[in-house]
Amino acid sequence: MSNLKEIRTKIGSVKNTQKITAAMEMVAASKLRRTQDRMRQTRPFADKIRTAIGHLYKANPEYKHPYLVERDIKRVGYIVITTDRGLCGGLNVNEFRMLLNELREWKSKGVEADLCLLGSKGVQFFRSLDVNVVGATSNIGENPSMSDLIASITMMLEAFETGGEEGGIDSLFLVHNRFDSTMSQKPQSVTLIPVEAPDAEELPQHWDYIYEPEATELLTSVLQRYIESQVYRGTVENVACEMAAKMVAMKSATDNAGKLIDNLQLDYNKARQAAITQEISEIVGGAAAVSE
Amino acid sequence: MATLHVDIVSAEGEIFSGEAAMVFAPASQGDVGIAPRHAPLLTKLRPGDLRVQTPEGEEKFFYVTGGILEVQPHIVTVMADTAMRGDELDEEMARVAKEAAEQQLASASKQDIEHAQQQLVEAAARYRAAQKLRGRKG
Repeated sequence: MSNLKEIRTKIGSVKNTQKITAAMEMVAASKLRRTQDRMRQTRPFADKIRTAIGHLYKANPEYKHPYLVERDIKRVGYIVITTDRGLCGGLNVNEFRMLLNELREWKSKGVEADLCLLGSKGVQFFRSLDVNVVGATSNIGENPSMSDLIASITMMLEAFETGGEEGGIDSLFLVHNRFDSTMSQKPQSVTLIPVEAPDAEELPQHWDYIYEPEATELLTSVLQRYIESQVYRGTVENVACEMAAKMVAMKSATDNAGKLIDNLQLDYNKARQAAITQEISEIVGGAAAVSE
Repeated sequence: MATLHVDIVSAEGEIFSGEAAMVFAPASQGDVGIAPRHAPLLTKLRPGDLRVQTPEGEEKFFYVTGGILEVQPHIVTVMADTAMRGDELDEEMARVAKEAAEQQLASASKQDIEHAQQQLVEAAARYRAAQKLRGRKG
């Protein structure tokens, strides 16, 4: 009889777990929708600032801004965006694997890398590894704000200004998960510096802006904002990936719990039947003994 | 009457989009007022308040901590660092921040002074915007 009771308690506890995972799935789904909206909202700013870069670039074609020039690479910098929380499948692990491969490649070329980590999971992962972590911010949360990121970005930009020879960096990359669809998220590495020179061809030829102050000086602050907005977008996109991956992981957890319950139910029924059969045969055996 | 189309965007999303009769902005080399058919202009913004005058004569306030202003004859684009809606600006919070910045300035070492001054400018601008807003309401 004790066996029956054990199975029943087990079924109860698996059912409770299933309820939790189902709830988490729904929470992730609704957060995903909200984050996707936020992702869309970052677009107008990026578009407008890109046009402004195009104008500025065209205004002084002979001026080569440091952010637009490719340097000999002695040292590189990475801004790595990870999630704050787990239970989102292989999202972070895949990202780490890609990043470690890239780091190995740099190492084989004799280039050192500095990492700036955004998100708790990255901080935890790289703490135990032999890498150069120059900055870390955790607990960015599900609604990242520019003010949380600005310190890390400014730090990396300053390192770029120092240059690789004096312990700074010569190129800056952004690593985060790209949101393809709810089912598919892939880690990717984007080059932040040098900034890809914009297409000046498409711009109208017959007029130009009045620049206040100098166009070259403006270009610096415009480029900085462009880089910041890219990092911000990466962070928001990573949150969207986290939610999508969490949704999928929780869905399969709920399904697995269902299967587990089915199996346990089968075991329970078998055990119950065995107990009844045994009882009947005991009664029949007893009755036969009396009638003899 | 000619109007301007105004877009105020920050990295975190669109803040305002609509028609205006005139726009006043705190440009880095002095405040500018932009009427329709203004010459194309690209300039930096310093912390301060941005006013948008709608064709109906209403005035909208926005607080910017900095950013880029782009003007074309009939389009004004503000790429703001952080622009809160004037209505969301909390005067009390702004006042506290201003006092804190002043205190910091008083006790700061030389390296901190520049940073603190920057903070003070921002806090003061926030405070002004909030006060102006209250004056209008009251």
